[in-house]
Amino acid sequence: MAIWLAGRRGASYCVKALISTTFRSSRSYTTAFASNGNSDSLFFCGNSSSAAVFGSQRFESTKARQQLDLLSSDDDEEQNQGVDFPGGRVAFTSEMSFLPESSEKRVQCYRVLDDNGYPLSSTQFKHVSKELAVKMYRGMVTLQTMDTTLYEAQRQGRLSFYVTSYGEEAINLASAAALGFDDLILPQYREAGVLLWRGFTLQEFVNQCLGNKNDYGKGRQMPIHYGSNKHNYFTVSSPIATQLPQAVGVAYSLKMDKKDACVVTYFGDGSTSEGDFHASLNFAAVMEVPVVFICRNNGWAISTPITEQFRSDGIVVKGQAYGIRSIRVDGNDALAIYNAVGVAREMAIKEQRPILIEALTYRVGHHSTSDDSTKYRPVDEIEHWKTARNPVSIFRKWVQRKGWWSDEEESEFRANVRKQVMDAIQVGEKIEKPPLADMFSDVYEEVPSNLMEQERLVRDTVKRHPQDYPTNIPL
Amino acid sequence: MYNCHRSDRSIDFSHQLLLPASYPHSVFAIIVNHNSFFFLFYPVFQGEKMWGILSQKLGAARGLSSQVVGNYVLRLRLAPSAMPMRHYSSATKEMTVRDALNSALDEEMAADPNVFVMGEEVGEYQGAYKITKGLLDKYGPERVVDTPITEAGFAGIGVGSAYHGLRPVIEFMTFNFSMQAIDHIINSAAKSNYMSAGQINVPIVFRGPNGPAAGVGAQHSQCYGAWYGSVPGLKVLVPYSSEDARGLLKAAIRDPDPVVFLENELLYGETFPISAEALDSSFCLPIGKAKIEREGKDITITAFSKMVGYALKAAEILEKEGINAEVINLRSIRPLDRATINASVRKTNRLVTVEEGFPQHGVGAEICATVVEDSFGYLDAPVERIAGADVPTPYAANLERMAFPQIEDIVRAAKRACYRSVPMAASA
Repeated sequence: MAIWLAGRRGASYCVKALISTTFRSSRSYTTAFASNGNSDSLFFCGNSSSAAVFGSQRFESTKARQQLDLLSSDDDEEQNQGVDFPGGRVAFTSEMSFLPESSEKRVQCYRVLDDNGYPLSSTQFKHVSKELAVKMYRGMVTLQTMDTTLYEAQRQGRLSFYVTSYGEEAINLASAAALGFDDLILPQYREAGVLLWRGFTLQEFVNQCLGNKNDYGKGRQMPIHYGSNKHNYFTVSSPIATQLPQAVGVAYSLKMDKKDACVVTYFGDGSTSEGDFHASLNFAAVMEVPVVFICRNNGWAISTPITEQFRSDGIVVKGQAYGIRSIRVDGNDALAIYNAVGVAREMAIKEQRPILIEALTYRVGHHSTSDDSTKYRPVDEIEHWKTARNPVSIFRKWVQRKGWWSDEEESEFRANVRKQVMDAIQVGEKIEKPPLADMFSDVYEEVPSNLMEQERLVRDTVKRHPQDYPTNIPL
Repeated sequence: MYNCHRSDRSIDFSHQLLLPASYPHSVFAIIVNHNSFFFLFYPVFQGEKMWGILSQKLGAARGLSSQVVGNYVLRLRLAPSAMPMRHYSSATKEMTVRDALNSALDEEMAADPNVFVMGEEVGEYQGAYKITKGLLDKYGPERVVDTPITEAGFAGIGVGSAYHGLRPVIEFMTFNFSMQAIDHIINSAAKSNYMSAGQINVPIVFRGPNGPAAGVGAQHSQCYGAWYGSVPGLKVLVPYSSEDARGLLKAAIRDPDPVVFLENELLYGETFPISAEALDSSFCLPIGKAKIEREGKDITITAFSKMVGYALKAAEILEKEGINAEVINLRSIRPLDRATINASVRKTNRLVTVEEGFPQHGVGAEICATVVEDSFGYLDAPVERIAGADVPTPYAANLERMAFPQIEDIVRAAKRACYRSVPMAASA
């Protein structure tokens, strides 16, 4: 047996194997090394000795483990020696029992403020400064006002489509406030507030919705599909949950860069049914990457309530199934979100591991302008959440009680923001649409000859039939 | 999970440092790239294996890169000795497609630390088809990533890592399994540069065997050239020979756009002559240029991947009958080298397209359309399309043979195009 072990991996393996006894996974071993500061040569690739270090762990077989355990477990006093299987030793039981499909009590929800904005006495939370709190509150009001105004614009036919974030303002702004600017965001589509926090102006939002020449997306996407490299906010993409494995990939790249930054990706309750969700949580845990998964569990996926979406206790329990540290947070409580996301981010970066946050909230608005949610849910349910459990009013009460905000400032600020949005729309509508050349660029890094040919043909056609060509699209 | 079957030239790679003398030796290759040197050894002596491992350990101990030490050790062995080794000279070298791909991956990974390989069985198992053999040992598990069984997962993760500056090479065990990840290939990779207005580019390569192998049934035999070839934003490459494999894979890895690289399992073990130029580490073939494998003047036969070999054999048979066929190896389905195809048809006036994929909406259909659009006046006969049968691939060997183009089918089609009337249907 010893010779077989030696033959399998070489003498070095034998020595290492005997020294180290409870290697649950190669990764924990290497992370221990990595945190020793002198991490470059061992943690990074390219060096053959590191290949041997990683390699030797991964070739463990069940036989080898049994060997090791026999060698090392002399002082094991337990009666229950457990049974060896791939994956490790497991204690056995002669009593057959099934794990219940759900635990008796649901996972508790972390909150800091109650529904009236009073801090709960025993909660631990990091205090926020007046500046930060007011900035967060203003952001929430701005988001709400922008949503209202642009929703109305869509109803007037000035936009083709819009998605509001009513009820989720706290998740948007408070989570963004807890992150650093270098943290990379991969959003779903209900996270405009995160981009707002990072400095995307109202004019920039409106330009994208109108698809004019100043849109960073060059008029190629539907409204609300914002994206901005300089704000570290990846372009919104419509298919659900596709950003989750991408986020893990970005985090893998970030991990190799060793930056003090992580990836944060947002998704809804409906996304957790997609295969991508499961693949990405699983992978993130296996690869040990710094990614924070924030699930906005708002109760509805268009018309599908969560009772029809899954039968587990929400999403927080799914994290544990994949070996991911998770927490459930009151999504309507800005301070709770701020705290939880801040701590999650630190854990993700320091320990290089994924974290899952389930933020419980309610989608007050319709799914989008193509939806009328009163058709599948009671109006008084919507009203209840809009009034009694409104994240903006809860936070407003707390901020006002601290003397950092007042009613006059409120009405003045709201009026101001509304005017800004309407001005932005007016300005944006007057701006030209993107030029014709933008239809053919960026398909590949370099415009290929067939597309150049097609562009030339289009221009020829326009020259011959100018009356058929729209006037607001420059050539 | 599909258990890959080894072709008859499987190479057993095992790290066995201490071997009993009676242990049967296996043939293996050490590939070392140092500057412009390229040594390829087929050591027959079993002790050779020890050097590879030892050189790594020695090098590590002294803080030298394994490559430098390996090269030094190999150079020592170059000294005349009793060991029977084939050794490079200016005579024609040969290389299998498998080794060509492996060497291309190796060189690109050495040249750019952002290049990494990810897929099922690419690391420990040395690759389901041994294409990534030796890479795990050389570059470590950070750059050769074995994944759980989730094509959607690792394709998405690969795309995500490409979003942030890495250059992944994603391996699908066969492109049939890429269908489980096709949303990420098309929506996340191909369309991203356009949809983000140039803010997100995706320098990713998706590679793996495509098309039928031998007796693997309907779910493992489909050709995806036409599917991926229709997507704007993707580049689709189809190598045939070892030189194609090396040059096109290197080009694909260096390309800033997403590339789908369709290999062929049955070609992995085939040996082709390879020039010294192709063995150089900076060798690269242009994407979008077809190669005229055989010049002719009577009829043009276009083919890609394994069918190029069949077309060449068909051309030899046709030669005996007085038909001088020009065989074009497409090398690239998207962009399609319309210029070369049209120039050839204008010269020969007759065209046969060959592919293994399903006939409807296939690559041949596109080639036919482009020739009709650009060179209609030059055609002396209708274009003949040879494609796989319009059925899910049967398993039984006799049925499978009838479901894919054979050399006789190409010969018959060429004769039809030359108005030497022959029946359409294949004989049993």
